Amino acid sequence: MQLIPCPWCGPREEAEFHYGGQAHVAYPQDPSALSDEEWAQYVFFRENPSGPFAERWSHSAGCRRWFNAVRDTRTHDLLAVYRTDEPMPEVIS
Amino acid sequence: MNFRTPTGGAIDRNTVLRFTFNGQALTGHPGDTLASALLANGVHEVGSSVKLGRPRGIVAAGSEDPTSLVQVETPFSEPMLLATTVELFDGLQARGLAGQGRLSPEPDPARYDAKHEHCDVLVVGAGPAGLVAALTAARSGARVVLVDEQNQAGGALLGVDEYLDDRPSAEWVADIVAELRTTPGVLVLERTTAFGMYQDGFVLALQKRTDHLGFAAPASVARQRVWRIRTKQTVLATGAHERPVVFADNDRPGIMLASSARTFLHRYGVLPGWRAVVFTTNDSAYCAAIDLAESGVDIPLIVDARLEAPARLATECAARGIEVRAGHVVTGTEGSARVTGVHVAGQTVPCDTLLVSGGWNPVVNLFSQARGKLRYDSELGAFVPGEELASVRVAGSATGELDLNACARQGRDAGAAAAVAAGFTPGGQVPLPVSDSRCTQRTGLVLWRVPGDEDVSFVDLQRDATVTDVLRATGAGLRSLEHIKRYTTIGTAHDQGKTSGMIAAGIVAEALGVELADQRPTTFRPPYTSVSFAALAGRNRGELHDPVRVTAIHPWHVAHGALFENVGQWKRPWYYPRDGEDLHAAVLRECRAARESVGMMDGSTLGKIDVQGGDAGKFLDMLYTNMMSTVKVGRIRYGVMCGVDGMVIDDGTVIRVGEERFLVTTTTGNAARILDWMEEWLQTEWPHLDVHCTSVTEHWATIPLVGPKSRDVLAAVAPSLDVSNEAFEFMTWQDAVVAGVPARVCRISFSGELAYEINVTAWHGLAVWEALMEAGSPYGITPYGTETMHVLRAEKGYPIIGQETDATVTPQDLGMAWAVSKKKPDFIGKRSFARVENLRTDRKQLVGLLPVDPTVLLPEGSQIVETDRLPEPPVRMLGHVTSSYPSAALGRTFALALVRSGRERIGETLYVPVEDELVPVTVTDSVLYDKEGARRDG
Repeated sequence: MQLIPCPWCGPREEAEFHYGGQAHVAYPQDPSALSDEEWAQYVFFRENPSGPFAERWSHSAGCRRWFNAVRDTRTHDLLAVYRTDEPMPEVIS
Repeated sequence: MNFRTPTGGAIDRNTVLRFTFNGQALTGHPGDTLASALLANGVHEVGSSVKLGRPRGIVAAGSEDPTSLVQVETPFSEPMLLATTVELFDGLQARGLAGQGRLSPEPDPARYDAKHEHCDVLVVGAGPAGLVAALTAARSGARVVLVDEQNQAGGALLGVDEYLDDRPSAEWVADIVAELRTTPGVLVLERTTAFGMYQDGFVLALQKRTDHLGFAAPASVARQRVWRIRTKQTVLATGAHERPVVFADNDRPGIMLASSARTFLHRYGVLPGWRAVVFTTNDSAYCAAIDLAESGVDIPLIVDARLEAPARLATECAARGIEVRAGHVVTGTEGSARVTGVHVAGQTVPCDTLLVSGGWNPVVNLFSQARGKLRYDSELGAFVPGEELASVRVAGSATGELDLNACARQGRDAGAAAAVAAGFTPGGQVPLPVSDSRCTQRTGLVLWRVPGDEDVSFVDLQRDATVTDVLRATGAGLRSLEHIKRYTTIGTAHDQGKTSGMIAAGIVAEALGVELADQRPTTFRPPYTSVSFAALAGRNRGELHDPVRVTAIHPWHVAHGALFENVGQWKRPWYYPRDGEDLHAAVLRECRAARESVGMMDGSTLGKIDVQGGDAGKFLDMLYTNMMSTVKVGRIRYGVMCGVDGMVIDDGTVIRVGEERFLVTTTTGNAARILDWMEEWLQTEWPHLDVHCTSVTEHWATIPLVGPKSRDVLAAVAPSLDVSNEAFEFMTWQDAVVAGVPARVCRISFSGELAYEINVTAWHGLAVWEALMEAGSPYGITPYGTETMHVLRAEKGYPIIGQETDATVTPQDLGMAWAVSKKKPDFIGKRSFARVENLRTDRKQLVGLLPVDPTVLLPEGSQIVETDRLPEPPVRMLGHVTSSYPSAALGRTFALALVRSGRERIGETLYVPVEDELVPVTVTDSVLYDKEGARRDG
């Protein structure tokens, strides 16, 4: 079982966490101004890269806080964790 | 006949253990496995093969054995155990299996548990490499765990009669184990198999704590324990398995791996037979032949597939009268229940045993599980660890090294490196042992199979998979080993292909004309050896399997004969049968009470979330489709929540407790999910909002009091509360004293009847419930359960989220456009309502269905079609029945359904296939009872 470094609680087992999909997908400022296609992009489409991927995690069975992590999807290695309001850090994969 | 040697072996010859096998009474000694005891009694045939029913014997001495499957019947029946890993105990009863066992229908009375362990260095395997690694790491001060699957340390040394540093190897082993056991922070676990290796140094190991004690096992001790080990560094000293060579009729009992025969001799004092032919591709089998010859076994012939026999070993054989024939192979065997002869160069050599060695496969299972890459070693004919991992080191024969001194050196290096990597400084150096072994030469011939009758050339003896099967797979165009494994089932039996996998890969490579170095081995997956579900479940069985949540009023429900329904982890009263009533009779009675007089239910499981803060109203406006910020303090509003895709995810009431405080209710099963949903938006999108959410589900006992007489009952227990319709309007709440305790009373209704929802702290829940029961007795107050609640709400067309909806239903589909705000500039889901797909008029919409025959109850989930006769498939499905009940109020059955263009179809007749019939139904509005809402105010 993988250890995930919660920014607040430290390394904890992955079973304590909840996955939240791709990070940095902001809720649109004004959804009514978007075309159906633009809105569909927000609702349904996400990246699926092979390699570093910024994604959201919630320490749901711990402090219940959300954070962002950069995970290498090829190895599952977590390359960085950071707050939800921070930009994605530079990582070396 | 007795095949026990006069002396030798790590068995207690002074104690006799009685056991039965296939009903036959036999004896053995402490220290025996079931397999060694069987062999000592001359029993080679253990079971039969799963598909072909051919006799199956004992091929190996350990957990790699592909064939000796037994069912152990005592003290508790357990299937699919290997005779080679069952330690003998007095009173053991076992029988051989035909590839499949039978799980006991009785609950296993033994206890199982789990233990967490954290260490700096985990060493897997207590052979020479593992022992030296563990001691080296221990001397650095690191916390060390050493696990080994055998009942004593020593590894391969247990199966040989060799000296280390001029003394019996057991003494060398004992010294190291003694030092380990007395070093603080070191844990040595025998009978413990590391069966799974995962990320970040997580290793699962199964310890068999009392299996070997049989009937003497203390009931207070957990029989097996799963160790959940988290380690910084791991040294894998998992050894190597000898592999056979495939030839025609290679599956007969009496055909055994050479080193395993040597193990049976030295560890258990057992001879495999009286006359053994040896077939080898390498040096190691010579040692087995010489040891067995010196113990009195007639070895007429060593068949060496290599063109030249090893000179020194051949000389030693000649001195013992053993003929060595190099450049030859075994082409077949004779016999039925036991091998009786071996075919070599057109001749038949009579024998009762055939010992085979096709080389050695390093045990790389855990390394591969840890995502270590493997490399094909063409000299060994095996996959070996092909890279270094940061926290996993491999030492000993698991690397492909077969020389004992070199293995120990690897162990020392790995132990030291692991300790350093874990932050320790190496302590005193562990001296490396010097062996007197004859067998140090490693060059062998890589030979997968001898050409012959491919239909009886078995690759996987347990799966009855032959060379023919492999060639059929490659002939069908399969090239990947993963695909061939699944096509042939090779390597999928209890042994996971420990002896057959490599050979299968070799035969495939030959058939395809490719290099094994270019082939990817199949992925090794946990568990390394079989682990019972009971062990994995540990203490989490029965009542401890899953947490059970009960309400404050639960004891009353139990005492009054309620049947319960599981809703998530909650136990909810389902209905309260009286005098032998069935579900339907009880529910009709409960419904009638609620509609005609007064009923009451335990609604405490309803999810409740306290939402507070200056922006709470603004936040709820974004979450709900309707406006919440305008709800006045003291009032209540029903609301619907959608995902960003516009699909309904929950509904419930929102009561405004104060200017900056709301109490939100959710469906019972959705409480945690909705709190998470709120937190997700608050934390990730709107952290600037001043809002805090807390679950208060368990703080409150919630009692809906329902029916025309509910006002009278409430008035009786809340004399200071004005319960009149004018003073206490629908969709308002008031704080009051009910049955002498502070309560919050809400006028909401999930049945269409006059109703009050009484909320008190959970502590008072039971007392208030009982007071209401008493106050209601003049009116025949009737407790009802979830089934009645479902019927009452369905009669009113109120949907249950998750029953009427899946993730494809919008509020508009449910006929709830009235609950969708047109004023709010935005809320979650709003933009999706304008998507083309969601504007289609032929979406599935919630409607009522009345079977034309009012006694027919439609099964929930039934499909709905347009015509009274089914056309040729594919049949166009219009939708499905979501709820269906008999109704006391309607005097007939009815259903709710999602139907394509449902609202346009009201009045139409549609058809529901039920078994072989098409049941005609009339489409109606979803509200079937009191459409005008006349009953709401009593």
